[in-house]
Amino acid sequence: MLLKYLFAKNDEIPPGSATIFFGFSSIFWFVVGTGLGSFNAAKLAFPDWVTGTEMFAFGHMRQVHVLAVILGWISMAFGMTMMYMTPALGNTKLWSEKLGLWTVFLWNIGLSLGLLLLWLGFTSGREYNDLIWPIDLVVICGVLLPLGINVWMTIAHRKTQGIYITNWFFGACIFMVIVVFVVGQSPELFGLTGLTEAYLTFWFAHNVLGLWITPVAAAIAYYTIPKLTGNPLYSHRIAHLHFWAIIAFYSTPASHHLMSAPLPEWLKSFASVEGVLILIPAIAFVANILLTMKGKWSMFVENVETKFSITGVLLAIPLNMQGGFQQTRAINWYVHGTGWIVAHAHLALLGMSSFLEAAAVYFGLQQMLRRKLYSLTLANLHYWFFLVGFCIYWISMTIAGLIQGAGKIYEVPYIDVVVAEHPYMIARWVGGTMVFTGNVVWLYNMWMTAREGTLVPAGKYAHELAYER
Amino acid sequence: MGFRQYKFGAAGVGLMLGFSMCITLFGPSNDFRSGVSTWVGLDKQLSLGRVIGFSYEDPTVSGDGKPVTVILDKDPKTGEAIDPPQRFYVYKAGTKFSPGVNHPELLGPGVEDLSLSIGKIKAADVSSGAVFTVSKGEFNGEEIDYIENVTATRGWSPEETLRAAGDENSRYVGKGKTIYISEGCWWCHTLLPEQTQDWQVFGAPPFLGDFNGEMPTAFGSDRKAPDLLHVAARNSSREWMEMHFFNPRLVQPNSIMPRFDYLWGKTDADGNTIDYAKWRAEYMAYLNGESIYPPEVPKPAPDSEVRALIDWILTSLK
Repeated sequence: MLLKYLFAKNDEIPPGSATIFFGFSSIFWFVVGTGLGSFNAAKLAFPDWVTGTEMFAFGHMRQVHVLAVILGWISMAFGMTMMYMTPALGNTKLWSEKLGLWTVFLWNIGLSLGLLLLWLGFTSGREYNDLIWPIDLVVICGVLLPLGINVWMTIAHRKTQGIYITNWFFGACIFMVIVVFVVGQSPELFGLTGLTEAYLTFWFAHNVLGLWITPVAAAIAYYTIPKLTGNPLYSHRIAHLHFWAIIAFYSTPASHHLMSAPLPEWLKSFASVEGVLILIPAIAFVANILLTMKGKWSMFVENVETKFSITGVLLAIPLNMQGGFQQTRAINWYVHGTGWIVAHAHLALLGMSSFLEAAAVYFGLQQMLRRKLYSLTLANLHYWFFLVGFCIYWISMTIAGLIQGAGKIYEVPYIDVVVAEHPYMIARWVGGTMVFTGNVVWLYNMWMTAREGTLVPAGKYAHELAYER
Repeated sequence: MGFRQYKFGAAGVGLMLGFSMCITLFGPSNDFRSGVSTWVGLDKQLSLGRVIGFSYEDPTVSGDGKPVTVILDKDPKTGEAIDPPQRFYVYKAGTKFSPGVNHPELLGPGVEDLSLSIGKIKAADVSSGAVFTVSKGEFNGEEIDYIENVTATRGWSPEETLRAAGDENSRYVGKGKTIYISEGCWWCHTLLPEQTQDWQVFGAPPFLGDFNGEMPTAFGSDRKAPDLLHVAARNSSREWMEMHFFNPRLVQPNSIMPRFDYLWGKTDADGNTIDYAKWRAEYMAYLNGESIYPPEVPKPAPDSEVRALIDWILTSLK
């Protein structure tokens, strides 16, 4: 199907094809990514489980989990939402459906190749930037740039006067993530070394999160919540406060990841202050969305897409409260390098971001397939497995992190900390496995939706139809 | 289109982002440039070579094309005693030099001047190889360390230096750190004692000049296991390391570290094939209380990956 359209004329490709291929790819990578996560968690709880082979060693699989989730699930879900939200908000068609299909095709190939090489041990040894530089160039030129061109051109060819906030975010965030990738590769491409390399590694890691994963996820919520509830966004102006605050502050706090490295002190203090300022866009975002829900709160219970979306928005509250304050020196001293940070990272990626994207993928796939979701029961099962699994993970890792922090401050022999953490490592594995199970259910549910979902009549939204099963 | 405020908006994004990036990218680069290499920094870059991780000389990230660190107690040319024994970094013909030799400005003021004038590092040539060492000199009344190209100053050739050292005095440090990177050890271990609290247990935090020319630094961010920057100062037993890598539960029953027995390869030091299945069966018997002692850990072959890894740990992480 995909291959047929790759060489078809642009006009002959049915609108929404890129969305659908992006959507299913993203769910597939979510299953792979969380499956790897569950496998890795099992290794931390039971170190002799699958042992003695290089390929299945923890150090070979951990980074594959991280990048499968970031570049496979989250970024492809972003691609998917851009493919249908950008034209919908401009009251126009996607600039090039064919380019969109090529993007998803190259993306899957490049990512599979990159992850395979990473798994085999071909690495640059730089955290979150582990892909070797030829693969990074594929990501920049084969994935991000075509995606950006499609989005920018669609916005330029819009038939509306204004640009809605979601498209402001999409357009700017793709531009920024391309800049971040190019600068992030500079140590490998131009041989930068030493502290410069260390700083740029975390500059990249921070900005991929701060300028791509969290703002684009928020931008998605600005679309899905008004669309699902039928309420207009509470305030477009507050949304712009969110947008401009991200642009102005949030490319700067990178060095708060390296508070105990010998970086210049002014840089650490500057990063710490800028890091607290995340509370401005965060409060603007959460308040805006929750006020948009006015009069429609019953949908949080009754409508599964709204349920996912609002859960994501609510998780943004602890996320930004933690994020804003844990990077100040006083708290960083206690939690740096512990499981607390692991819990926080999962709160951002698996909690806030993934819930918002799941809502958008649910909504967009039904919209583009013109089919109603196959089973509400399975969707609810997915939701509860996802939420409960995530909460088990988050809470257990937070506790483990506090234990590690105490062990660090009171200089307890390290092995005693490992012993004390053991029950939480088992809980983390249980939680991760629940999320993985929920995602397998989701993939099945979506596949059945494509095959057997009730057809949605023209002029109707899928969520306006009653479930038949 | 046609609405001017969107052009202002797009320009605004560019300006604000550009300003933020100037502060966070150009600002610190001045501070980094003023870092003067310490002995640790020079030792690290000379023993690790140009770059660790995926590169032209080592595309499979297995430790090819790295220099060898040798510890000598007498001059291979004159036979004169060197007391205390000193480290020399042997770059065989074709091995790429470390970043500081190619770009002396990375070494920092003073170190750069002495390395160029007395150290003669510009005389080194990749096609014929070179031997380097870290020497002490005086610059503006202060004693500093600089890189000396021993091939130019004392006429040592890489081959005769390696021959004089022999395998027992050679340390495969560059290869060892490559294994640390490719096996993902840094996902659990950090190389960065924290400035605020790690002094007692994990030792002193690193200094500004300890990293010049290192790539990648692999600080690590997630400490599921002890910090390793000074691990060899706490434990310098090669035998303990071998047991710990083969199966960490042999020396630390509660450890969650994976087994790295596959780093031994196919044969042990005597050339005998290692029978992993038999070893594991005997180990299980020991765990079940059927035997009193665990099976012996095979002695690693001189060219095995684990030997290089332990070389790096015991030489660099002090």
